Amino acid sequence: MKERIGVYICYCGGNISDYVNVNKVKDSVKDEDGVVLAKTTVFACSDSSQKEMISDIIENKLDGIVVASCSPKLHLHTFRSVAERAGLNPYEYVQVNIREQDSWAHSDKPEEATEKAIRLVRAGIRRLREAQPLLPNEISVTDSVAVIGGGASGMRAAIELADTGLEVYLIEKEHFLGGRIPQWGELFETNERGDILIEKLYNEIIKRNNIKIFTGTEVESFSGCVGNFNLEVKIKPRYVKSGIECNEFEKIEEGCPVEVDDEFNFGLTKRKAIYKFYKNAYPDLPAVDFENCTKCGLCEKLCPDAFDFNQKEEKLALKVGAVILTTGFSPYEPSEGEYGYKKNDKVITLQQLRRIMELSNGNLKWKGKEVKEIAFIYCVGSRQKSGENKYCSRYCCTAAIHTSLLLKKKYPYIRSYHLFRDIRTYGKQEILYRDSCKQGDIYLKFDENEPPVVEDLNNRAIVKVKDLLTEREEIEIEPDLVVLVTGMIPRKNSEIERIFKVPVGRDNFFNEIHPKLRPVETVIDGVFIAGTGQGPKNLTESILSSLSAAAKTYSLLSSGTLKLEPIVAFVDSERCKWCGDCAEVCLYDAIEKENQDGKEIAVVNEALCKGCGSCVPVCESRAIEIKGYTNKEIIGMIDGMLEEVR
Amino acid sequence: MRERKEGGLPPKILVFSTNSISDPGIDLAGLLKMHYPPTVYTITVPCSSGINPDWIIYALKKGFDGVFIAADGSDCPYREDCSQLTARIVLSSQERAKEMGIDPSRIKMAAVCSVCAESFVNHMKKFSEALKKLKENTNESGGKNVSS
Repeated sequence: MKERIGVYICYCGGNISDYVNVNKVKDSVKDEDGVVLAKTTVFACSDSSQKEMISDIIENKLDGIVVASCSPKLHLHTFRSVAERAGLNPYEYVQVNIREQDSWAHSDKPEEATEKAIRLVRAGIRRLREAQPLLPNEISVTDSVAVIGGGASGMRAAIELADTGLEVYLIEKEHFLGGRIPQWGELFETNERGDILIEKLYNEIIKRNNIKIFTGTEVESFSGCVGNFNLEVKIKPRYVKSGIECNEFEKIEEGCPVEVDDEFNFGLTKRKAIYKFYKNAYPDLPAVDFENCTKCGLCEKLCPDAFDFNQKEEKLALKVGAVILTTGFSPYEPSEGEYGYKKNDKVITLQQLRRIMELSNGNLKWKGKEVKEIAFIYCVGSRQKSGENKYCSRYCCTAAIHTSLLLKKKYPYIRSYHLFRDIRTYGKQEILYRDSCKQGDIYLKFDENEPPVVEDLNNRAIVKVKDLLTEREEIEIEPDLVVLVTGMIPRKNSEIERIFKVPVGRDNFFNEIHPKLRPVETVIDGVFIAGTGQGPKNLTESILSSLSAAAKTYSLLSSGTLKLEPIVAFVDSERCKWCGDCAEVCLYDAIEKENQDGKEIAVVNEALCKGCGSCVPVCESRAIEIKGYTNKEIIGMIDGMLEEVR
Repeated sequence: MRERKEGGLPPKILVFSTNSISDPGIDLAGLLKMHYPPTVYTITVPCSSGINPDWIIYALKKGFDGVFIAADGSDCPYREDCSQLTARIVLSSQERAKEMGIDPSRIKMAAVCSVCAESFVNHMKKFSEALKKLKENTNESGGKNVSS
């Protein structure tokens, strides 16, 4: 039993101490049996605090430590390593969660939260009193990784992972890679085109034999454990065979009688049932939209060998060691009537404007009329006072300003008005803002409480705004186009969250374990997140996070083995009377009968045992337990939680 | 120590959660600042199929008003039949409780997934209310010892 325990109660800045009286907690537990030292600390995880713990352990000959701070999901390994560096076994340490499960959950009741903290810390001390040193268990891992989402982030991560030698499955729901980047034309800050960038990434991908591209593919199920996951994917038929020469695709597309809204162009144009998102979309092979196809037979007539309408949906089981989710965002779609959207012909989104610029020849035209004046309205669907999207979408200010620069370059006669709340062109992007001011763009700042109004007047759009920079003078503009600068929202209709069970934050984007310390990891070990699925990012930031996720994946899988927690079952040979119940309930065949000194007892094969504990409740003689979760430890915790708080 | 509202002490609930599934769900409730009664305490185990009925009975006898098993459900990383095994543990604990004169409704189970913050909070509020009523009824009838 541990007799020299050190207890540390963390303020977590104010995250804990604003609601829990940490000094009271310390005073209440300092005289518990076995405790020789109790301290509070502003940030237990800080380097200085870790060093202090190590010297405390050595100087006071502590035989174990309790740290009461955040969820063990965050810092379990940090403090295990502290224990280890001080010469203790990593399991001679107990983490007590007084943040997620106390100060934050009960921020409405500080007094009760303090009492709860005392009971929880006491339970942690009781548990540690009974803790035994344990040694880790090694398993071998699958040296492959699935990247879910074939946009720029996913493509870049796939290349990086392939270069480490891992087998990569790049899985994309659509029939074409590239995601939303090709929709943008020239990108800030280099003016490199989005489609060209995707082409470059694609060419790098096909150079590598260890990247398998799955397009038209969705994940159906996900199971298993870190290092050895099972993925089931469903591959939609493309109906167009690869590797067959056909020079008639253009003619077929022209002749195809079907016309449906082109999602790539946000419904501004129509596409055929045989389609590519855009001319140089990859893989360089059209796909057939069978749902909308009239089965007229034209395509088979012109290129009989290139089509196979008997292709069926395929299911495939993949084994992977880790998963990176790069599933991206959806653009915010203004509601009908929001700044006149969908009511007034002249109101469009920034994304739509960029497609119009791409599709226009000669002068910029909208609905047959030449465009000479444009009013951009910023922060549409971002930083909302009420409603879902309270966050800033990060990319939109710069995207709008960059668009305005491109417009001026292509159509020097166009005048741009920018109706903004604040301009957030951080870092190098500030230069674009400077250039835009220099070229004569007009900036009008509005109050969030008095947003601009778009009035519909006989098919004209009148924009009225009170400009804060001229003491709320009401300014009226009559532009040819009103462009709503819309933000990013979490991907709509996605099954990914349900399948992978990755938690989302208050903004409904995927949630990382810690924004600074573990920014691409999730609470599901072995599942990483990157790109805009995690929150609004510009392309540079998305790629940074995808490379970070690739590096984390490699460091997880590189050694071929993983050290798993030594949480396995063990048998009390004196109590065991071998009835076989434990062996029967065990799914992993980890329990066998053995003859020890003439007595038949159960023995655990630690390499096979996963530590689930299913054998514990079925044992009539209470002879089998799980390391780290022994009867003594659990009973001790219950006692610690129940004794009165003095 | 301090004065409590009418109706006596709020019910104490012991939650058994699981490391990779329900505990992250409970953490998420805190992260989202969703409130539930502060007399809810959690002990985390690897898998809900490994909860020893002895612990449940011990907790009730020692002073917890209710025990809630936040089960892995179909998300269990260890086994597909986790829900059935966990249900078996709950049933046998309830039977034992009955034999000892403890109301079996003081033991409850529901699957809580890693993103089920809201459902967890609702379960806690409902369970706490039910336990409060149970306590009041038992106190009124001067009946059996609910919380020793």
